Amino acid sequence: MSTAAPGARAATTSASILDRRSGRGRGKRRASFWTWFWLVLAALYFLVPLFSTLLFSLDTGVHQHGLKWYGKTFSDPQFWQTLELSFKIALETVIIGLALMVPTVYWIHLRLPQLRPAMDIISILPFVVPPVALVVGLSGAFQVMPWLLSNWWLILPLVYVILALPFTYRSLDAGMRAIDVRTLTEAAQSCGAPAWKTLLFVILPNIRTAMLGGAFLTLAIVMGEYTISSLLLFNTFAVYVYYIGNTQAYQASALAIISFALTWGAMMALFVLSRGRGRAGGVGQGAPVGR
Amino acid sequence: MTDEVVSQQSNDDLMALETGAPVLTPEQVSRPRRSRRGRRGLLVWIPVIPFFAYTAFFMAVPVVVLIVKTFQAPGGGFTLDQVKALFSGQYRAAFVASIQVSVTSALIGTVFGLFVAYAAVHGRGPRWIQPVLTTFCGVASNFAGIPLAFAFVATLGSTGVVTLLLDHAGLDIYAHGFTLYSLIGLSLVYVYFQLPLMILVIAPSLEGLRKEWREAAENLGATQRQYWWHIGLPVLLPSLAGALVLLFGNAFSAYATPYALTGGGISLVPILIGSVLSGNVVITNPRLGDSLAFGMIVIVGITVLLYSLLQRRSAKWLR
Repeated sequence: MSTAAPGARAATTSASILDRRSGRGRGKRRASFWTWFWLVLAALYFLVPLFSTLLFSLDTGVHQHGLKWYGKTFSDPQFWQTLELSFKIALETVIIGLALMVPTVYWIHLRLPQLRPAMDIISILPFVVPPVALVVGLSGAFQVMPWLLSNWWLILPLVYVILALPFTYRSLDAGMRAIDVRTLTEAAQSCGAPAWKTLLFVILPNIRTAMLGGAFLTLAIVMGEYTISSLLLFNTFAVYVYYIGNTQAYQASALAIISFALTWGAMMALFVLSRGRGRAGGVGQGAPVGR
Repeated sequence: MTDEVVSQQSNDDLMALETGAPVLTPEQVSRPRRSRRGRRGLLVWIPVIPFFAYTAFFMAVPVVVLIVKTFQAPGGGFTLDQVKALFSGQYRAAFVASIQVSVTSALIGTVFGLFVAYAAVHGRGPRWIQPVLTTFCGVASNFAGIPLAFAFVATLGSTGVVTLLLDHAGLDIYAHGFTLYSLIGLSLVYVYFQLPLMILVIAPSLEGLRKEWREAAENLGATQRQYWWHIGLPVLLPSLAGALVLLFGNAFSAYATPYALTGGGISLVPILIGSVLSGNVVITNPRLGDSLAFGMIVIVGITVLLYSLLQRRSAKWLR
């Protein structure tokens, strides 16, 4: 038995290579049918709502089609104002998040690896506290601390940093894991670079992809975030989309298509970036936060 | 030398984590290190203080405030009244409805996602399928909230494209009692963000199902059913259960999608909390917002805990 095993294994391995080469033509046809069945079903489930929305957004009257709703949307100053606000908030979130996380993750990789398990736990915590519960806690805290007012403009990016924390952390962690932080730091130090120069000119260029990955994911999350911004009474893009949906169903479809295009753009940028340079980490792991 | 010390230490920590012992004991923190800079002891902790202060302030403080208010009587003493209130009347109903929608959409998402992911990973289809599916799932799992609700109104709403198509084909689904605004309709919408998440989460585990195992089973004369029953499913079970739990928590905390779909008219826990916060409804005790949120955190907390435990278990076989 044991003498025959290696030969048998070699045979099965070469068979599996053949299988892969000849594609789906060889072997069980049934597997091939079910493969297509599930893939087509999933494609239909994903695409039919998008297609219906597209049809809705092009519907300008009985048996009439056109880009009227898009034109109306693009000429609405509110559209641009809220989009700009959301984009500004997203950029602030990215900047605060990276400024907070990059030095922390760097230092943990360099000097405090014993903190890694703790960081793993902290980075799941934002999933444990649903956004709506976070708002309850924050508004309770505001009453305790009146100096932190809810109409303070920076509050939204500051809270979004928490929402984006799991993605930023995972992305940066993977990025730092892929490079040899210790050797790079020691090399920089032996050339006489102080710590901040090492971080800025040696480490940062090396984790550029990971940073951008985290940034685009944050961007996609913040641009669509409704729960916190509406409950804290900010007039962001998602709040605008909701408002239009209540008054204009067709225009809302155009806005839904535009939102999808924005998300698509951010994720494609992320995908292209991650392909360009190894694994960016956390790519595609975008568990929805905007729900 | 330093490397050795550090890796030794992180191994210790991993073991400590697995045995449930505290990750950082006081003497570990102040343990003198061999490297020259390590002797500065506590100074090495300074760079990570901003991060921990930030997460404490924006995550821990709100949660602590919320818990304190849940157990605080109006006069200031300790009370369980607000927790008890969660088990009665409309609050209980909201929890039941939330759990129903979450379980339904999580089950559909898990089963559907498993088959789709399996087809993509092991289905011997064209090679481009998997990267395309992964990218699309990344997009679709982020395409949630308000726009998603409108997309489904355009699809399965009373004048939606699919509704009208089915009507033309002779099937009036609204006459048969279907509405998008019911628990079933809502679950169907949730699957749109559940399915991609499931595919992203389960695909690595499916990739870990070795071809050799299947071939070995087949060589020994196992049928397809026997292979799945004795090998495939047992190996996948922790990941599957973990994914189910994750999807449950994911649906449970959804707010924007049900809110946009029903205009806040459906009684789910997050929606109820939202209306307490914005003062839309007259609720006998406005502090119930705190206890409702507390109830949510407890439920989602349990699911995430279960998820990470199952994740650790499944890592044993599938790496």
